[in-house]
Amino acid sequence: MHARLVCWWTIFRIALEERLVYRGDFALGTLMRFLPIVTQIFLWWAIFDAVGQGARDQGTVAGYSYQNVVAYYLLVMVGRAFSSMPGLASGIASQIRNGEIKKYLIQPVDLLGFLLLTRMAHKLAYYSVAVLPFAFVFYLCRGYFVGGWPEADVLAGYVAALVMAFLLGFFLEAMLGLLGFWFLEISSLLFIYMLLGYFLSGHMFPLDMLPPPWRELVGLLPMEYLAYFPSAVFLGKVSGAELVAGLWTQAGWVVAFVLLSRIAYHRGVRRYSGFGG
Amino acid sequence: MNARPSFVKVFLTFARNSLVRDSMFRTNFLLQCLSSLSWTVMNIGFYLLVFRHTPTIGLESGWGKYEFFVFLATTWIINSLMQTFFMPNADEFSELIRTGNLDFALLKPIDTQFLISFQRVDWSSLADFVAAVVLLTVALGNLTTRPDDPLLLSGWTPVLYVVYVLCGVGILYSVMIALASTSVWLGRNRNLYDFWFYITSFSRYPREIFRRGWGVPLWGFFSFVIPVLVVVNVPARLLAQPLRPEPSVSWQLAAFTVLATGLCLGASRWVFLRALHAYRSASS
Repeated sequence: MHARLVCWWTIFRIALEERLVYRGDFALGTLMRFLPIVTQIFLWWAIFDAVGQGARDQGTVAGYSYQNVVAYYLLVMVGRAFSSMPGLASGIASQIRNGEIKKYLIQPVDLLGFLLLTRMAHKLAYYSVAVLPFAFVFYLCRGYFVGGWPEADVLAGYVAALVMAFLLGFFLEAMLGLLGFWFLEISSLLFIYMLLGYFLSGHMFPLDMLPPPWRELVGLLPMEYLAYFPSAVFLGKVSGAELVAGLWTQAGWVVAFVLLSRIAYHRGVRRYSGFGG
Repeated sequence: MNARPSFVKVFLTFARNSLVRDSMFRTNFLLQCLSSLSWTVMNIGFYLLVFRHTPTIGLESGWGKYEFFVFLATTWIINSLMQTFFMPNADEFSELIRTGNLDFALLKPIDTQFLISFQRVDWSSLADFVAAVVLLTVALGNLTTRPDDPLLLSGWTPVLYVVYVLCGVGILYSVMIALASTSVWLGRNRNLYDFWFYITSFSRYPREIFRRGWGVPLWGFFSFVIPVLVVVNVPARLLAQPLRPEPSVSWQLAAFTVLATGLCLGASRWVFLRALHAYRSASS
């Protein structure tokens, strides 16, 4: 057990050091990612101006005030920082295609465990560098958070939703990458997932704006727990029993994708053939 | 023997070669077209949703649903032309500099900027162009046949529209080639490409929405210093004519757009030539 823990700790430490090499690039890239929010602020400013007949702060759209919408877009950036897994699915598929995956078959290291630890280290490195640009932008935009900080229990629910968003994002993408055992080229599938994810996760707009039955249909998918749900919890759009039920559903999706990716890996390995040195 | 190659013939050869390459992977080509179109459909979905809640984008701005769809279609027409003809080449340019393969382009007996700008044509991006033309037709059909205050277009409007769309492409091309040229000094410029995407995102909205509060400096900067705000706004306003009966595009703005296109193309050519002078090859 001790040897295994040392092994996991070493993997985590190496991955962390590797990521911190490019910290300047990280910080600049993170700050730039907020630039599209500037255009969103003005687009919604114009929309709310029209909705409120010149009184921007009086109008509401699907229960969201102008300030709520801007705060929502900022919180979605935080949610995506937890749940997006750049290169994970394509990396797994590429390892399957070029045969690199066989190292996990002969070494006493579990593929999903190894990738999860590596990703955790990458995220930790990302947050430690990105915290400054995030804090800077949130400080500049503090006026949009009209409700201030949420209550402690809501904040705890928000943190839990973010942690589960990370796990859900990881296992969902790992599952997609493992499809590489059946289809060697999955880049088009990943592109379609990325596009749909942008829409269905609530990255593009708050999902409450969808009319029935579309809102109900989107609610049946796991994507909304990647970005919409944590943001809605912070803004108090989901509260009380609804919040608890939402957290349980999110946990259910995490467990489902952990199991699915385990099964896919197990079956995929049995199907896999490796040739050459 | 004519020592000067014909630019048109060389471009047609590049276009044909790209088409041959695309037709070798037909399924991939179709999937690329579909992916491209699905992003377009999602955008329409988003704005249909927005117009469920508001009659216009901006109070009394004139950008109603169909006027805004003309704007959106113009954005896609310009973007699809950029994606088809220039984006793959700008990406390649920074790699040519990094790997030293620009040497081969410099040795060829044709203008280097022409060669690196037109070498590849991404035909699948034209799917968005077709979708944009359909959206434009539907939106204009609605505007010209609505019972109240139907839109009247003169015979000159389509001609001017094409001219200003080309001006928009010229301005965006200039920004892109100037940023790509900086690879010579920076070695690699991933963030600058992101920066190109982010600053051009300003061009996708009516310019007056920025003319409020702390947006005024942005409005001025992106209208007159890096004039991306005139790229879509001028042709789209010519056609959709929001804010009638006032002139939707003043002659000053129309003249400025033509001048800005010339200045941008000239400035980007200067940056490109400076970059070539600073290029020191990376090969052995």
